[in-house]
Amino acid sequence: MQNSEVARLLDEPACQHNTPEKVTCAKLKPGATAGGCSFDGAQITLFPISDVAHIVHGPIGCAGSSWDGRGSLSSGPELHRLGLTTDLSEQEIIMGRGEKKLLFAIKTAVERWRPAAVFVYQTCVTALIGDDLEAVCRTAQTAFGLPVILVDAAGFYGTKNLGNRIAGETLVQQVVGTREPDPVLPRPEMRIHAVNLVGEFNIAGEFWQIAPLLDELGIRVLCTLAGDARFHEVQTMHRAEVTMLVCSKALVNVARQLEEKYAIPWFEGSFYGMRDTSEALRRMAQLTGDPDLQQRTEALVAREEALLEQKLAPWRTLLQGKRALLYTGGVKSWSVVSALQDLGMTVVATGVKKSTQQDRERIVELMGEETVFIEEGNPRLMLDLFRQQRADVFIAGGRNMFTALKARLPFLDINQEREQAYAGYAGLPELARQLDITLNSPIWERVRRPVSWMTPA
Amino acid sequence: MNRVIRKRKALTVRPLKSSQTVGAVLAIQGMANAMPLLHGSQGCSAFTKVFFVRHFREPIAMQTTAMDQTSTIMGADDNLVEALATLSAKSGASLIGVIATGLAATQGCDLPRVLHRFRQEYPQWADRTIIPIMAPDFVGSQESGFALAVLAMVEHLVTPRPWTAIPTPRINVLASSALTPGDLEALQELLAAFGLQPAFLPDLSDSLDGHLAEGDYRPTTTGGTPLSFFAQVHQACATLVIGRSLFPAAEALQRRCPMPVLRFEHLMGLDATDTLVTELCRLSGVPAPAQVVRWRRQMLDAMLDTHFYLGQQRVAIAGEPDLVVGLHQLCAEMGVNTVAAVVPDCASTNHGLDLTVGDLDDLETLAVREKATLLVGNSHLAETAQRLHLPLLCAGMPIFDRLGDFRRTRIGYRGGRDTLFEMANQLLASHAHGVAPYRSRLRPVNASLESVHHEQHMAKAAHPSWPGSASHG
Repeated sequence: MQNSEVARLLDEPACQHNTPEKVTCAKLKPGATAGGCSFDGAQITLFPISDVAHIVHGPIGCAGSSWDGRGSLSSGPELHRLGLTTDLSEQEIIMGRGEKKLLFAIKTAVERWRPAAVFVYQTCVTALIGDDLEAVCRTAQTAFGLPVILVDAAGFYGTKNLGNRIAGETLVQQVVGTREPDPVLPRPEMRIHAVNLVGEFNIAGEFWQIAPLLDELGIRVLCTLAGDARFHEVQTMHRAEVTMLVCSKALVNVARQLEEKYAIPWFEGSFYGMRDTSEALRRMAQLTGDPDLQQRTEALVAREEALLEQKLAPWRTLLQGKRALLYTGGVKSWSVVSALQDLGMTVVATGVKKSTQQDRERIVELMGEETVFIEEGNPRLMLDLFRQQRADVFIAGGRNMFTALKARLPFLDINQEREQAYAGYAGLPELARQLDITLNSPIWERVRRPVSWMTPA
Repeated sequence: MNRVIRKRKALTVRPLKSSQTVGAVLAIQGMANAMPLLHGSQGCSAFTKVFFVRHFREPIAMQTTAMDQTSTIMGADDNLVEALATLSAKSGASLIGVIATGLAATQGCDLPRVLHRFRQEYPQWADRTIIPIMAPDFVGSQESGFALAVLAMVEHLVTPRPWTAIPTPRINVLASSALTPGDLEALQELLAAFGLQPAFLPDLSDSLDGHLAEGDYRPTTTGGTPLSFFAQVHQACATLVIGRSLFPAAEALQRRCPMPVLRFEHLMGLDATDTLVTELCRLSGVPAPAQVVRWRRQMLDAMLDTHFYLGQQRVAIAGEPDLVVGLHQLCAEMGVNTVAAVVPDCASTNHGLDLTVGDLDDLETLAVREKATLLVGNSHLAETAQRLHLPLLCAGMPIFDRLGDFRRTRIGYRGGRDTLFEMANQLLASHAHGVAPYRSRLRPVNASLESVHHEQHMAKAAHPSWPGSASHG
């Protein structure tokens, strides 16, 4: 990928923190950097398309320790969990045998699994030695008669965020609009509306807690990007009436381009928490311009909220007034805040490393002016802040779990590797239950107290 | 037997291999106040970190030089120097292991030259020990990466010294990545029983055994071998090396300090443990202590108890060579046949069994073809086990679907004893069926006399067309 191409992707007009000095998007600091690379971002975004053979072209480092590591679930095929890679050896790299090996790898995958398409992932080493993957993909596409798509997001191109964008861009440019949606049986009592959910990854099956509500309202999800998605669904995204951008600023380029190319309006929403779930459903209904849908949505929201209020009551007594320190990426910085407030908790500080200006404004709106922003994911600073703010629970991604636990602090995992589904009306009681398990565990007093037989070192 | 079978295939499916880079990082985790620095793109370290966090459920110290598009093409020496300066200033690490990934190696990075430059530009950090390790992912696998890092530490930290046989309890131990923190702990206890004081080079049982340390957060490793242990290798009575992957490191140590070296390919099963105990008796000059005798008796008893269930079983093992060879031996001693042994890579031959270089897909194919009855491997094999309806003994890395297995002990008498029980229990649980109930049609069931529960039970077995069974519906 050309440098100019990378610069263009980083220069996202729909992104609020796209000021001139930020176009190069935060240069990485050697020796003080955390987080994944562009390849990581691309695979996270695309792997959940579960009927596609995802082949990582490179030596083992890229796929070997990361395959099948995400909690993104599929209701059907599971080709995304095979860890397919060309596993290049030194000889193959030196002798330039990578391209040929890749072609045979694609052939193997096509013959064995008959996938809907093949996605080929560029990696650092193959980008550096200049394997012509476009040519291989073109050849394979002609030879095997199915779409073979290059995802050119080598790790060194930049951050995970850039990788998300490249992945989205690849789909919009090469996949979306190449097929018409299959017809569905009309429902006599209501008009069916088609929507896209961009940035919904179906972590721990979360999407399946939302989907029944949408079904009830007659909202047809043409495609999710990419939890439990299929290739043919991605092809039809251009026929949606609305795009909802779910908790993922990184894929804003997809929403924007769907609007530019196909005049599909989009909005940003979240399914975490009661208020946000209701709000998302309302916005969706509103953008379809169908008053009947809006009416039915209001009825559904009222019913679900009333039900949920009942279910939450016992949890609220356990969680009321508890203070949370939140450190998570981007949109989740505010969407989870709202969910925690729904439970009667106070969020004392939130991470904003990956959040946009707009995200920040929403946080201030939700949490008030005195909100503490955590700009940097330094564990030392976060622990100090936790104590300073007299927080009760640390909520962050899995990689921060042991920072909290080793400091003997209650912790809740909120990121993509988790095993619990927190989305929608059904997710909130589960979130409450998990918070209660850690917050009110009898272990804390025991692991913190000094033991009489041990003299301090 | 004894071959290394390499198949030519273009597509790796469900990889068994994790990279050399990962192995080198693991070795540095066993050093005190240390920090591995991955010279590559930031993903190289992010993936590695998540891999270990999932396996050990511990924070993992690690940093990256974060190579980007420009530095990948124009040279990343500046990144490395800057990262070293930052780590020296901020992390307080006394040891930094610089690990060149596949990206840096392809680029042609010259680690020693860049380190020399760092030394010149930053004399104020002269007290930081820096170990350069070339561990690209396109060669070898985790085990060889671990061995490369240990070899690099021996080469950089052990100064040539004469060695004289003096009575001392100190013994150097080089243990391959096949040994879990629990294995190392058990080995330490065995050596201590003989009055010996092991210096593990490096020591994962002190850093990644899953313990709650004092204080809260530190950027570097928690526990591990102090640097000084490498400088003091000449003060030991001998060096014990476990795992063929570490034999080169042991040789390098012996070249620098000509002392007796006890070589073990593994410490699994009765034979290997007996040999080790014999050597320890000789080395320490004392007979085997009562507790060791007891441990052996327990293992013998476990062998008796389990041999009914384990005998003639057919095991398919996937893992790094040192681990596979050890597990194979433990199985062989019980009459369990190793029908498939798949390794991610293998540099040497003559392991005493056929090793297939391949992935977990190959293991599954072999397990089906060879009618395996038991699988051994990492958590990625769980689904294969489910598909084939076979029990799975978890060993190797990563193990993420069960807690505590990262430190399970499988070496020595006690590790052997417990592993045999575990294997037998898994086979018992999965082969609970036995003979299907049969009720002769000449012995009709009298419904009014049999209890309801019994009736229901027998209804399944009774012939459906026979009068009397019809009443059961």
